[in-house]
Amino acid sequence: MRIRLFNIDQIIENCPYGLNKEEKNKLFLQVVNEMTLHHYQNSDHYRNILNLLNYDPTQTHKLSEIPFIPVRLFKEYDLFSIKRSEIFKTMTSSGTGGNRVSKIFLDKTAAKNQIKVLSKIVTNFIGKKRLPMLIIDTPSVLKDRTLFSARGAGILGFSTFGRNHQYALDENMELDIENVQIFCEKYKNDKILLFGFTFVVWKYFHQKLLDLGIRLPLENAILFHGGGWKKLTEESVDNDSYKKALNKSCGLNRVHNYYGMVEQTGSVFIECEEGHLHTSIYSDILIRRADLSLCKVGESGLVQLISLLPKSYPGHNILTEDIGQILGEDDCSCGRKGKYFKINGRVTSAEIRGCSDTIA
Amino acid sequence: MIQLPENSHIEYLVGQSEIDVRPMVPYNDLVCEFLNEFSSILRKNRNVAKYPDIATFSFWCRKANVQKMKSEFHDNKNRIGRGLAFHITPSNVPINFAFSLVFSMLAGNANIVRTPSKKFPQIDIICNDLNMLLSEKKYHNFKENTVVVRYKKNDEITGEFSKHCDARVIWGGNSTIFNIRKIMVPARCIEIAFSDRYSICVLNAQKIIQLDENNLEKLATQFYNDTYLMDQNACSSPRLVIWLGKSDKKGKEVFWQAVSRIVEKKYHMEYIQTVDKYMQLCRNAIDMESNISFKSNGVNLYRISLEALPENKEQLIGKFGYFYEFETSDINSISHLVDSSFQTLTYFGFEKKIFLDFIFHNRLKGIDRVVPVGKALDIGPIWDGYDVIGNLSRIINIQ
Repeated sequence: MRIRLFNIDQIIENCPYGLNKEEKNKLFLQVVNEMTLHHYQNSDHYRNILNLLNYDPTQTHKLSEIPFIPVRLFKEYDLFSIKRSEIFKTMTSSGTGGNRVSKIFLDKTAAKNQIKVLSKIVTNFIGKKRLPMLIIDTPSVLKDRTLFSARGAGILGFSTFGRNHQYALDENMELDIENVQIFCEKYKNDKILLFGFTFVVWKYFHQKLLDLGIRLPLENAILFHGGGWKKLTEESVDNDSYKKALNKSCGLNRVHNYYGMVEQTGSVFIECEEGHLHTSIYSDILIRRADLSLCKVGESGLVQLISLLPKSYPGHNILTEDIGQILGEDDCSCGRKGKYFKINGRVTSAEIRGCSDTIA
Repeated sequence: MIQLPENSHIEYLVGQSEIDVRPMVPYNDLVCEFLNEFSSILRKNRNVAKYPDIATFSFWCRKANVQKMKSEFHDNKNRIGRGLAFHITPSNVPINFAFSLVFSMLAGNANIVRTPSKKFPQIDIICNDLNMLLSEKKYHNFKENTVVVRYKKNDEITGEFSKHCDARVIWGGNSTIFNIRKIMVPARCIEIAFSDRYSICVLNAQKIIQLDENNLEKLATQFYNDTYLMDQNACSSPRLVIWLGKSDKKGKEVFWQAVSRIVEKKYHMEYIQTVDKYMQLCRNAIDMESNISFKSNGVNLYRISLEALPENKEQLIGKFGYFYEFETSDINSISHLVDSSFQTLTYFGFEKKIFLDFIFHNRLKGIDRVVPVGKALDIGPIWDGYDVIGNLSRIINIQ
């Protein structure tokens, strides 16, 4: 049986934060069930998992009862629901310290849809006009175009919302203060788009500016940053102090953290003016306890993410290794509908008892 | 006296950088007395109540048990310790260093014991009481030949301590053992390495179904202690359950339900454990395809039933309450799976002799412990197929 699968174009013209709980549930119930069947029919690995779980994808299940797959699986197996010849782009996670990286396989449509959805979400925050863009990174992360690292993919993705792009760092990750100042001077009357990774912005931009004693006039700029807080938490910097510090070093008033992962296209969660991460109509979040039961609103637990985009690989429903909590739904004072939430950190590798690990 | 290295990276928890390496006779009266006194000091220590692992250790080195081990050891040979033993103990088991030390003291050796670099409170409690006892005059011999050190991974320091030893005891994993073996020891030094092992449990479903409620709960608790107590990650914790005998579906379910009830009460799952178990489930689904089925008594207890045994045990590694089970009427049908890494076989509902026959008949390279369910973690001087105290002493041939 071949099913006609939901196409994101059906909702792409809608406001990305326009569906209320009831409308969204109806859409997701139908589409996620369909996608589960689609991947069951097209990915051997995925089918084996559902079979072992005794799950029948031809029946409609409640959204919370549809199986998820652990995000780490993308590091150990090549998972896709298309022919190998149809793979158009392979994205990888940014592996640190010799860890294995996730591999995500997109066909042409999936790559195109990813850009469309990102655009709908981001323009909701910055408007449709392209803005002069300062990329707080080095151009060298883009060198190898065949393998998109998460950092490179982020930069390329956001670049489409900018014009007259300027990289803030040189090949050696040093702040190119001269060109940055020229850029700021040139666009001092415009709204400027800033983009970078949370830690890179902090260490190679903000702290460098402090060292140099230079205050950039970026009062009109809007910064998007993501990639995780792990390193900053170690330095006791939280979202609040991050914003305050950037306001001090360059007058920034609009700072938006975003959360997402390369393993699930379409799941881009941007922090609103109230400081809450928001689900769009393309994605959803569930929070689970250690026994995998669902958490209540406000209760923190394991983050499960659902996206309507992944069609070329079975990543539409994944269990992450992040801990978060849902703060509310449809009633954030920023006016956007959908669930809003926060991320508290990652699951820590527990002290495992046992006797086969001396690490000597 | 031998001089030991001294620098800011090394913390001497017991003893100092000078050690008397003259051996003594195994199970000599002084060491037995010392251990008995050590046992009672620990048992009186109020801090110990919080740590069942110390309680187990202190109970283990009480007089009655040491005397029992002594009588089992006696072999009419003229034995004396080898001299200096250097122990490298596992980083994730706080109490293991104490057992390793006691074995070697009983064998008659001077000892340098490296504890985990992580600061477990158990280690401090034990070392404090040890220091207190060693300060007594009658134990000055032990004060001069007992050293406990803590340092972060450092091949140079490990090399210094290895330089003078007559025996080196390494508690694995395998990669640690390979690593440490690169560090030289004197030519005559012997080495005992406790490598990664694999353990199984053999159950009789028809006997289980006959148990009354109390005995069923007792069995389930013993199984829990063998497995969950160490996150199912100890070498001697079973990962594979063999249901031997006539098929009895009900007996199996009754057993797992009883285990599940204990687990519900006692075991606490962390997020990472949930994720790890689910990850292993997906791996098994992909790699083993249709030869398996999955049952769960909640996230605390996962079971994978094997329709056929794989060629080796590589995929059958579960943790945190993740069991593989296989049903057979003939124990010999599992023999191809048993390689040299197999350590403990726990059993319930059988005569132990059948397992000895199984090992001999199939000429197996693995399984060197056969013990009833509940005793998987009980460490003793015969461990991992070694007579540890015998190996840590030498024999004088006199004619």
